[in-house]
Amino acid sequence: MSYIIKGETGDWEVVIGLEVHAQVTSKAKLFSGAPTEFGAEPNTQVSFVDAAMPGMLPVLNEYAVEQAVKTGLGLKAKVNRNSVFARKNYFYADLPFGYQISQFDQPIVGEGTIVLDMPDGTSRAVGVERLHLEQDAGKLVHDMHATKSFVDLNRAGVPLMEIVSKPDMRSPEEAGAYLRKLRAILRYLGTCDGNMEEGSMRCDANVSVRPVGSKELRTRCEIKNVNSVRFVMQAIDHEARRHVEVYEGGGKIDQETRLYDPGQNETRAMRSKEMAHDYRYFPDPDLLPVELTEEFVAQIAKNLPELPDDKKARFEKEYGLTAYDADVLVSEKENALFFEEVAKGRDPKQAANWVITNLFGVLNKKGVGITESPVSAKNLGRLIDLIADNTISGRQAKEAFEAMVETGKDTDAIVAEKGLKQITDTGAIAAAVDQVLAANADKVAQFKAGKEQVLGWFVGQVMKASQGKANPAMCNELLRKKLAQ
Amino acid sequence: MSSELTALTIAEARSRLRRKEFSALELTEAHLSAMERARHLNAYITETADLARERAKDSDKRIAAGEARAMDGIPIGMKDLFCTEGVQTTAASHILEGFTPPYESTVSQKLRDAGTVMLGKLNLDEFAMGSANITSYFGAVKNPWVPKGRNAELVPGGSSGGSAAATSAHLCMAATGTDTGGSIRQPASFCGLVGVKPTYGRCSRWGVVAFASSLDQAGPITRNVRDAAIMLKAMCGHDPKDSTSANLPVPDFEAVLGQGVKGLRIGIPKEYRPDGLNAEVNALWNKGIDWLEKAGATIVDISLPHTKYALPTYYIVAPAEASSNLARYDGVRFGLRVPGKNLDDMYAKTRAAGFGAEVKRRIMIGTYVLSAGYYDAYYVKAQKVRALIVRDFNEAFAKVDAILTPTAPSAAFGINDKIDTITMYLNDVFTVPASLAGIPAASVPAGLTAEGLPLGLQVLTKRWDEETLFRVCQSLEDAAGFKGLAPL
Repeated sequence: MSYIIKGETGDWEVVIGLEVHAQVTSKAKLFSGAPTEFGAEPNTQVSFVDAAMPGMLPVLNEYAVEQAVKTGLGLKAKVNRNSVFARKNYFYADLPFGYQISQFDQPIVGEGTIVLDMPDGTSRAVGVERLHLEQDAGKLVHDMHATKSFVDLNRAGVPLMEIVSKPDMRSPEEAGAYLRKLRAILRYLGTCDGNMEEGSMRCDANVSVRPVGSKELRTRCEIKNVNSVRFVMQAIDHEARRHVEVYEGGGKIDQETRLYDPGQNETRAMRSKEMAHDYRYFPDPDLLPVELTEEFVAQIAKNLPELPDDKKARFEKEYGLTAYDADVLVSEKENALFFEEVAKGRDPKQAANWVITNLFGVLNKKGVGITESPVSAKNLGRLIDLIADNTISGRQAKEAFEAMVETGKDTDAIVAEKGLKQITDTGAIAAAVDQVLAANADKVAQFKAGKEQVLGWFVGQVMKASQGKANPAMCNELLRKKLAQ
Repeated sequence: MSSELTALTIAEARSRLRRKEFSALELTEAHLSAMERARHLNAYITETADLARERAKDSDKRIAAGEARAMDGIPIGMKDLFCTEGVQTTAASHILEGFTPPYESTVSQKLRDAGTVMLGKLNLDEFAMGSANITSYFGAVKNPWVPKGRNAELVPGGSSGGSAAATSAHLCMAATGTDTGGSIRQPASFCGLVGVKPTYGRCSRWGVVAFASSLDQAGPITRNVRDAAIMLKAMCGHDPKDSTSANLPVPDFEAVLGQGVKGLRIGIPKEYRPDGLNAEVNALWNKGIDWLEKAGATIVDISLPHTKYALPTYYIVAPAEASSNLARYDGVRFGLRVPGKNLDDMYAKTRAAGFGAEVKRRIMIGTYVLSAGYYDAYYVKAQKVRALIVRDFNEAFAKVDAILTPTAPSAAFGINDKIDTITMYLNDVFTVPASLAGIPAASVPAGLTAEGLPLGLQVLTKRWDEETLFRVCQSLEDAAGFKGLAPL
């Protein structure tokens, strides 16, 4: 499923690297004690430090460091025991200090790997170049006054992890898979909520193209701040095609920062090269180098939760699930938890089937997540139990499930309410079978003449006579027995 | 009575207040009236008479209740670089004119907690950048010392020029200073005072308007060594709000006074005696060496081979940090704003109008040395040299307990002297090495020039060894028998 752009001069491939800004899950900012809650009134979450008042000094939030180390370990990356905060100097009204405190040549986390699970069941490893900690800027509000802009510093100083991939991705689908996988890992770790709509995860995509077979890295453009996985994929696709068009038209690509407009599905130049900043990075003299002890890192490693890749492998091994099913189930931590609760002490394949096919179908239609599922894991498990002990048939189970989705009631209540008990009494089913055979002598003759397909028709008739409550397997068995007589 | 009160040392006033020979309010009033008489020195930017009276009354209440604190009722001046809650804090810059912080710096808070009475905010070089206190937006400060036989107004040194002028003219019993490359020690030398720059990390920088973060350090300017020991103890201590503040116990600096220097090894670095060193400075230094030797110290010739690189290193590191530290003065949130056509225009107009020439010069130097293509050649190289200077001192302190040098290459010069920038920067030549190394350093008044102007000697010790520093300083003070100015 390689992604090739067919040009007039030949085939082109795209080279993609992603920079993700993930807001660290932390109650306090990176260098002050101010809260980080989303959606508060403007400028209500701002300390004197965040506003860069004279004489104010940053003090590193140790929890944010712990979160970054945890993320590094989750990405199977090298945690740097020594790292340094540096100042990135530039002027903007949303940047109170006149510099962003970030990490430059000595980030807290070095190279790692993210394994992508592609829809066709293949996997691909994408390199992580680095992860560093930095503070977010504030926000400018331009639409509240005709001539003035307003500054909201609530976000100023919020801790971010910038996670930079290597230019290892070759299609918009891989970029999408990377983002989804990274998000899943962050959520498993509890180090970022991954909420792109609220801006707690933002993505910049670096895109270039080259003729298929070439190993060169051509000039890249950076598409800034795209806020959904789908838009990232669209933006890359559009940008790659733009590059091909420019090259084939004899033009050249300028290295620049571009903005994606989802409404128009196009990218536009944001900042030209003449405006490129010289950030004058230097180590922040207000902060000491970050020195992590071996024990500190080991302690975090010891308490690392099971991550998607390990969980997927375990699901395949322990429950005998297909790679695809396992992948679907582990993509969200809550889904995996739900599945394991349903599967506990039951047939795991049946559990996976119910969760993936039935429940996810419903959730997708409703557009809600598993945490808002109208059917609890306990009730879904009970439903599977009732099928297993022949209390209800598969068909009845589907009917019950629909009612459970509708009403949110317990399985037993629904089954009782709807009278969904399966008839497993041989005598009652035999009577119905006799009745159907007697009334359809012609069909009996057809069967005996070798037309076996009629059996299905008979089963249907018996089920109908029992108002669908007869156990289909028993119907089948009794019909065969009687027809053979 | 009034001038008798302003003539007291902190140590004397402390015991006489406790004996209730006079009240803290009387002591404060005496200083407030001296301040009124001496406004021509331009030592204070803001006088806080009402606040001082209130605090003096509080001190009197505590003294009456037998709950006197370490410095209760002692009137002090505050360099206008320390943010003071509810009191305008300017850093002597137009860009901060009218800025009233809603918070108190850690050092000024500690001094408040010790019972001191703040008389006002003292003048300084703009953003502490200068060696003569002539770059203040609020005008130059005059040195209360006048040369014999000629009519000249002299600079008090800088950047803590207001602190030094006020303390030597008895407009406060002592003052806070800050020292980035010599800003406590050089004005102390010019005004015949004791000035102590403690080890980097001893005093919290929280709430002090930053000049160069890796160098800035607060300290006291006083009229004698004991007062400096008393005041430094009240100023320093660990502060979790400053990541570079050391989590170490605060020694009782006063307790070591009187221990003398017998048995101490005093290093004399040859690099501090360049060709063309001012003869009076050289002679005084020799005198200091004799005094310490006579007091029982062993004199050891040492070498600090990278000394000559200290000044250029300092003038890369300090402006680099300053260029970034001063970026926050952008007209957006506080201080001066000059409207512009757009954001960039507003920045340019505000900073053009708000900063003086010397501050602009250093912002430009700092921006240059950090910029792409020059960073390695200047900033990175300077950091490497700085490490060598630290190593010089480490090696020296393996052989000696303290180092004695002159504080400044000359006595105070005239306010109207035409001095080029490089010559002005050379004022810091003996003080910047200790700043770059982060070691404690103090200037003690040791004698007078032929014109009757004070000269100081500088003592350096290893990191965290202020106790030895005070012992050596006191020994010099005892031998010098220096007499400061009488109250105006």
